[in-house]
Amino acid sequence: MSQDDQENLQEDSADDSNDDRTLELAREYVKFLEEGNAESADNALAELTDLRESQLFNELGRLTRDFHETLNSFSSDDRFATLAQDDIPDARERLNYVITKTNEAAHRTLNAVEEALPFCDSISDKVTKLDEDWDRFLSKEMKPQEFRDLSLEIKAFLGASQNDLSSVKNNLNDILMAQDFQDITGQIITRVITLVTEVESSLVELVKLGSKLGVKSDTDLSDEQTEKPEDPNALAGPQVPGMESESIVASQDDVDDLLSSLGF
Amino acid sequence: MNKDMKILVVDDFSTMRRIIKNLLRDLGFTNTTDADDGQTALPMLKSGGYDFLVTDWNMPGMTGIELLKAVRADPNLASLPVLMVTAEQKKEQIVEAAQAGVNGYIVKPFTAVTLKEKIDKIFERIDNAG
Repeated sequence: MSQDDQENLQEDSADDSNDDRTLELAREYVKFLEEGNAESADNALAELTDLRESQLFNELGRLTRDFHETLNSFSSDDRFATLAQDDIPDARERLNYVITKTNEAAHRTLNAVEEALPFCDSISDKVTKLDEDWDRFLSKEMKPQEFRDLSLEIKAFLGASQNDLSSVKNNLNDILMAQDFQDITGQIITRVITLVTEVESSLVELVKLGSKLGVKSDTDLSDEQTEKPEDPNALAGPQVPGMESESIVASQDDVDDLLSSLGF
Repeated sequence: MNKDMKILVVDDFSTMRRIIKNLLRDLGFTNTTDADDGQTALPMLKSGGYDFLVTDWNMPGMTGIELLKAVRADPNLASLPVLMVTAEQKKEQIVEAAQAGVNGYIVKPFTAVTLKEKIDKIFERIDNAG
């Protein structure tokens, strides 16, 4: 059992004995009044008042100590200062870096695809043409000279295709390598999530402390989340899985249904 | 549908512009230009020659819905077909776009098949009406 727990227990038992004594004094007070013993009644009332005041002072003392300790705990590890001065700007930098990395990866991939597509097109066109020529040869519609030309053409195509395919393969590898952003951005985002969680719990501690000291707050920390009033002009943005709402369409099919219900 | 028609692609993300332009090229539309928001796009459209507008909604400067409304308000552009390609999936927004006179609405992320379907449908309607 920690020291705090022991102190709490002692305070609890002290509260109990105080309650017993209060009840006892109240009974005596009534009894003295009924008996018409004014002096004893006054004494009992005075003792009752003293007891009440000492309880108030005890409670005030406890609150002051809690407040002092909590403030000390906040300042001793400097979490708030560090969060505000370093961690939040740091998180902003990190998230900007995520945008940069994903942007780079997307462009690198698009470059590779755009470079590779013409090779695929030219191979595809050439194959179509050779296929037609080959069919003519098989159906014996080809003159000997034409066939000699065709065989040279095939030889040239095979050589060129090797080069083209090796370029396409290089581009595919480049697309593969461009995916390495996921590792880095994933780690960065995980760290930012940890930071947000820490900020949240620190804020909850602050609000709890405030309410203990009787600071009026508009924030209700009960389980029911108070909804932010919605800005009618704010755009909803991309949907995040698990955050769907009634007013959001789930798929392109739903969009089509909604539009067709409007006469589209 | 004329495959040589001049198309303007408007999106604030350059990767999305490139993706849409690549998809359009794959569908046979090679005459494409792009702009990064409504403010850049509107003067380009007004200068003439465009047959089709593909636009995002959420952009800095001038949003896609503002661009759509500006296009419909301009007598020279009022009949320009407009396809919206956006991550905005709120019903009210889709209805707002429909009321502003959008010709098609695609939610991101989308596929090449969806893009083709919507473009085909838009020009099918226009051909039938004309």
